[in-house]
Formats: sequence, C-alpha cells, structure tokens
Amino acid sequence: MASQTLQSVPGEPTAAQHELSLEELARREADGQAYFDKVMADDSRIEPRDWMPPAYRKTLLRQISQHAHSEIIGMQPEANWISRAPSLKRKAILMAKVQDEAGHGLYLYSAAETLGQPRDAMMQDLMDGKAKYSSIFNYPARTWADMGAIGWMVDGAAIANQVPLCRASFGPYGRAMVRVCKEESFHQRQGFEILLELSHGTPEQKQMAQEAVNRWYAPALMMFGPPDDDSPNSKQSMAWNIKRFSNDELRNRFVGMMMEQVRVLELTLPDKDIRFNEETKKWEHGPLDWAEFHEVLAGRGPCNAQRLERRREAHDDGTWVREAAAQYAAKQAKKQAEKEVAA
Amino acid sequence: MTTPEPHAGNVWPIWEVFVRSSRGLSHVHAGSLHAPDAAMALRNARDLYTRRNEGVSIWVVPADAIASSDPDAKGAFFESPQGKDYRHATYYTKSEGVKHL
Amino acid sequence: MSTSPETAVPAEETAGHGDISVGVKGSANSGEATASATRITPGNALRPEDIALAVSRGTAKPGEDVAEFALRLGDDALVLAQRLGHWISRAPELEEDIALGNIALDQLGHARSFLSYAGGFDGRSEDDLAYFRREPEFRSVEIFELPNGDFAVTIARQFVVSYYQFELYRRLAQSTDATLAGIAAKAVKEVDYHRDHSAQWVLRLAQGTDESREKMIHGFKVIWPYVDELFRDDELTGRLSGSGAAVEPSSLRADFDRLTGEVLAEAELEVPRVQPAPGGGRKGLHSEHLGYLLAEMQVLAREYPGASW
Ligand SMILES: [Fe+2]
Ligand SMILES: [Fe+2]
Ligand SMILES: [Fe+2]
Repeated sequence: MASQTLQSVPGEPTAAQHELSLEELARREADGQAYFDKVMADDSRIEPRDWMPPAYRKTLLRQISQHAHSEIIGMQPEANWISRAPSLKRKAILMAKVQDEAGHGLYLYSAAETLGQPRDAMMQDLMDGKAKYSSIFNYPARTWADMGAIGWMVDGAAIANQVPLCRASFGPYGRAMVRVCKEESFHQRQGFEILLELSHGTPEQKQMAQEAVNRWYAPALMMFGPPDDDSPNSKQSMAWNIKRFSNDELRNRFVGMMMEQVRVLELTLPDKDIRFNEETKKWEHGPLDWAEFHEVLAGRGPCNAQRLERRREAHDDGTWVREAAAQYAAKQAKKQAEKEVAA
Repeated sequence: MTTPEPHAGNVWPIWEVFVRSSRGLSHVHAGSLHAPDAAMALRNARDLYTRRNEGVSIWVVPADAIASSDPDAKGAFFESPQGKDYRHATYYTKSEGVKHL
Repeated sequence: MSTSPETAVPAEETAGHGDISVGVKGSANSGEATASATRITPGNALRPEDIALAVSRGTAKPGEDVAEFALRLGDDALVLAQRLGHWISRAPELEEDIALGNIALDQLGHARSFLSYAGGFDGRSEDDLAYFRREPEFRSVEIFELPNGDFAVTIARQFVVSYYQFELYRRLAQSTDATLAGIAAKAVKEVDYHRDHSAQWVLRLAQGTDESREKMIHGFKVIWPYVDELFRDDELTGRLSGSGAAVEPSSLRADFDRLTGEVLAEAELEVPRVQPAPGGGRKGLHSEHLGYLLAEMQVLAREYPGASW
C-alpha cells in the first residue's frame, strides 16, 4: 500500500487527536513502542500505519529512497549501450534489463511513499543533489564489456545485498525486494554470459572483458558500504531487523562467490590478496580505496554531474506531458460530474 | 469508475494495483504506481506489473479510496474471533476418524 | 478442510512451462506463491529464435519475393525499435519509460523474426542483416526513420505506424506463407496494444493543456508527409498479393483512415494538410536520418567483424 491517506474504519476521529491530553499521548506512545518492540522480538513485520519510532521511519525512508534513486540513476550507464549493442539478441536483453531497473525504482519509491514522503519530493531531492544514491553509478560504462561486468558484479553485489532485505522488518520494503530479487536473477546471468562470450572470443574481446572486470571490481565491493568499524548506523539497522548481515560479512561472502565464478570465465580479479582464511572460514580481500569512495559519494566522481543532469533533463522535458495528462484527467472528471448532475 | 481528486500541476495520484495471476484465483495486491487517471493506471499496471506473465486480470484503485481498519485499534477490532474454537472443525474431536465427516 | 477457490490451481497452470524461479527462499511452490501476483513465467508464443531454428533446419525457407518483403517489415520494425529504445531513461515519467520500453521490445522482436526469416533466402542471420548491410541495402520507409523529436512527435509517429502495422499484420496473419502468417499472428496482438497506447496519449496531449495541444498538432504536422509512403503499392507487393502471401499496401488505407479518423475526431484534431513526401526507402533511397542511426547501431559489430557476442 502506498497510501498515507487511508481512512480509518472504526471512525476514530483524527481531528480529535489534537485534543488528546498529554497523558493520553504518552500512553499511546508507550503502547506503540511496546508493540513495536514485540514485533522486533518476534521478527515480525511493521506495516505503514503502525506506530514506529521516528528514527526507524527516518532510517527507512532514507535507505529506501536512496535505493530507489540508485535503480533510476543506475539505468543510465547501461542505457548508454542499448543503441550500440552488438547483436539484436543482446539489444533485446539489455533493453529489458534497463527497463526492469525503472520498475525496481518504481517498486521502491512506492514502498518509500508509504512512509509519508511523496515520490515527486524524493525525485526533487535527487535532482537537487540533496539525496544520495549508490556511488558506483557515477563511473562510466566505457566498453561493451562493461555491460557484462555491471551485470555480473554490480547486479551480483546488489542481489547479495537484497536477498536478505526480502526479510526486512518493514513490510512494504520486504515485499518490494521480493519482486526485485525475482527480476534480478536474470540480470546477473546475462552479464555473466556477456563476459563468458567475450573471454572465449578474440584476444581483443578477452582483453576488453578483463579490463572491464578490473575497473568494476573495487567499486562493486564498495557497494556493500563502509567497513563494519566505520559504519555507525549498521548496528541500529540490524537491531531493527532491516539489515540482517554486516557490510563486511556480505562483502566477504560475495568475494568468495566471485572467486569461483571468475574461474569459469577464465578471467582474473584484480586483487592479489584474496584468500580464504581457514581460521575464520571467511574470504578476505585486499585493501579498498575508501578515500576514492567518499570522493565519489561527495559528488566528485567521473559522472556525477552528467547523471544528475540527464535525470533533470528527462524530468523537465516531461513536465508539459505530465501536466497535460493531469489536466485531461481533471477535465474528464468534471465532464463526468456534470453528466451525473444532469441525469 | 471512481477518479481520485484531480491533482494540481504535473503530479499524478497514486493507484493501488491488484493482479489476478490466473483464472480461478483472487486478485492480489501487487503494488502501486502513479497515473493521471484510471485508464492510464490500468495500462501502466499492465506494463509495470505483468511484464513476465504475472497476470490475466488487473484492478486499479485510487489509493485514497481505500478505507482501512485502524492499526491502533487492532486489539479491540480483532479480539472477538479469538478463542471461539467452536467455529473450526478441529474443535470437534469426538467425530475424528469418522469417514466423510 | 475443503479446497477454497483461492488455493485451487487450475490444471493448465501446472502444465507446460514452469515458474522461472528465483533465488528467494520459500517463495516458490508455497501456497502463497501460487496466489501471488509476482509469479512469473516465460509464456509460450512464437519467438524470433523459433523462426531462426526453423530456417536453419530448412523447415521455413522464403522465396526471393517473400524474403524481400520480410526484409521491408523487419527493417521498419528494427529502425523503430532503435528509435524507441532511446526513450528508456528519458521518458516524461518513469511509468512511461517502461511503457515505451515494452513497445520497443515488441518491435525488436518482430524485427528479429522477420529478419531471421528473410535471411533464410541466402543464408544470412538476423545480425548479418542488421549489422552488415549498408544504408542503400535497407528497406525501411521514411516514417520509421524520423527522429524522436519531443514526446508528441514520438506519439504521432507511433500512432500512425501502429494503426498501419495493425491493419497489415491482421491481414498477413491469413497469408499463404505460413511463416509470415505465424509472425504476423503474434505481432498483431502486440501492435493492437501499441495502437491503444498511442491513442490514449493522442487524446491526452490534444485535450490536456494549450501547450500540449499545440505540440500534438505540431507532432502530426511533422509526421504526416510520410504517411502516404506506407500505402504505396509496387511490383513486389503486386506479385505477393497475387499469390496470397501478402496484400497491396493501398488496400489498408481505407481502414487506416477510418480508425485513425475516429481517434483524431475524438481528440478534435484535423488531418494535417501537408504535401506527401516521395520517400523511396523500399528501393534503398533513404532519409538523411538513417545513416546516423545505422552508424550508431552498427559501430561495435563492425569494429569486430566475425566476432560473437
Ligand atoms: Fe535493480
Ligand atoms: Fe538494485
Ligand atoms: Fe538489476
């Protein structure tokens, strides 16, 4: 449900809430908190109209809207190659994939809207540069092999992140993630197959594939967020059953999966320090350049300006169309009402 | 068909989408979307929520036309059916094992 | 306990293609999943790959005329898909990104089927035809090649071509050539939806705001000179209509005029009074726009001739 304006049935007069005594308000808040705590303890779900701590609402709104923005901005590096896809089959696949990402953005904006923030306000924040999105989409897709590397590693990292989010404590977020994860399953495979085809192609094609893997490897690992000891909000998100695993846990697990898959590709990962730690039973990787991560996140990446400008342009060019459709709907509704009066 | 309050400017209202995944099943809430009116809401729903054969029928409902039970009243509102075991077949243990019953 | 209608799964549901499954634990095969609105399947329509397979097995082989005709329709659809694909990530609203994406994918599917079939004549693949022919070897007509312009121009073009394609495919579904008939029978249903999509937008843009009305009128003015070319007969269509494999394009015109006329009347628009352009795409004489489109579409494939992707 995306609506905040749902009416209540048994007629709890909302206006009357203004007149509630302070004690009554405090009692309701205590009841709400108790109920919320029980939902967390039972690992059950919070739904939009339930009482929730303001910080929980704020965290979710930020996380879900950032996720939605990432899907929408994330369309651009791949949309860039739709017109040049080297076979018609690949063109169809890529088009469907980029289109799916628009759908993911929509599912997620809907989930965020249930928290009381209209989509156009979120979109405005994005265009004003006030909202963040996944830093990786600020890197350019330089060659066709990037379509492979993005699908395999970027969608792969997204899936690793998102599968646990299907169990997020906020109902609409979890449900959106179930739908997204189902659709993502083809995204990673198509990327992997692009790379597989290239690595078994001509030497130039193989080199193109290797270079793309080299370029996207570190940004993909950074998609899991800062290291655990530098991730102040993670603990709270885990206590709220939004996050189920820490950034480093997910990242390490992902490195392990890539290590296996890269062998099938007959390519290498640009990291000499990857190893399986027999003691901890965990995969480890080499150091990541977090200074660069923060630079790009702060807006100083190769494509930040371009990505936002493109979004603004589409939005601005579309204004007259959205206005026209809204006007038309209003006129039709008015006509309908007049007809009913006349009858 | 009900049309939500026409919105000012260029912002389209929210619609809730219900999809029947195959004949014989109920429509199930699939998600929501924005559309200027019911006709476009149906089409957007078709494009957004049935790209992979998820449905054979779609309902769209203006989000603000949905009335819902009060979440704060959940205790009182849903208390009555609790404990009325005799509404369920499992309550009747003496007839257990009798055929076709 | 009785089986409620909500949980009963009709037999046809369990037969045939199964669920495309997902990495999500517990969502497959649970009672909830069968009632779920997220259950996804690939469907079972005629795919471009089926045509290519039939061609490679020799069960579908066009004669020279039918191949040339399939090339025409394939090129029209391919050029349109290339144009529409540009809107993905640029549409007026996110929902419309998806709508235009679906239409582009339908058109690309039709293009692939027609080209795969056309290539059966001399052993070329859909990609040989799409990527390694030069501009004069393309057979698209000008209206498909026109730049997207603003949303109104795109809608005007889409409105015209989908009403044209609908009338064409509707008749081709009865073609004496079984492969053409098969491709058209799948395509006509999709194009029927494209008609509806563009008609909805014609109404909204024409009767929305003053600005949108002006733009819609302008859009039709830009597009209309190229309408006539769609309905011109030539020797090839004459021979094919004689054999029952295709119809004369001119025979589609009356239905096209009547049905588009109904929508235009509802939108309170007039057919623009403009002179028809001579066109020439069926003979390889193209608009100035096509060269750029092909340069972009073909660049990567031509950088690596013989490569597989
Ligand atoms: Fe996505
Ligand atoms: Fe994602
Ligand atoms: Fe994806």
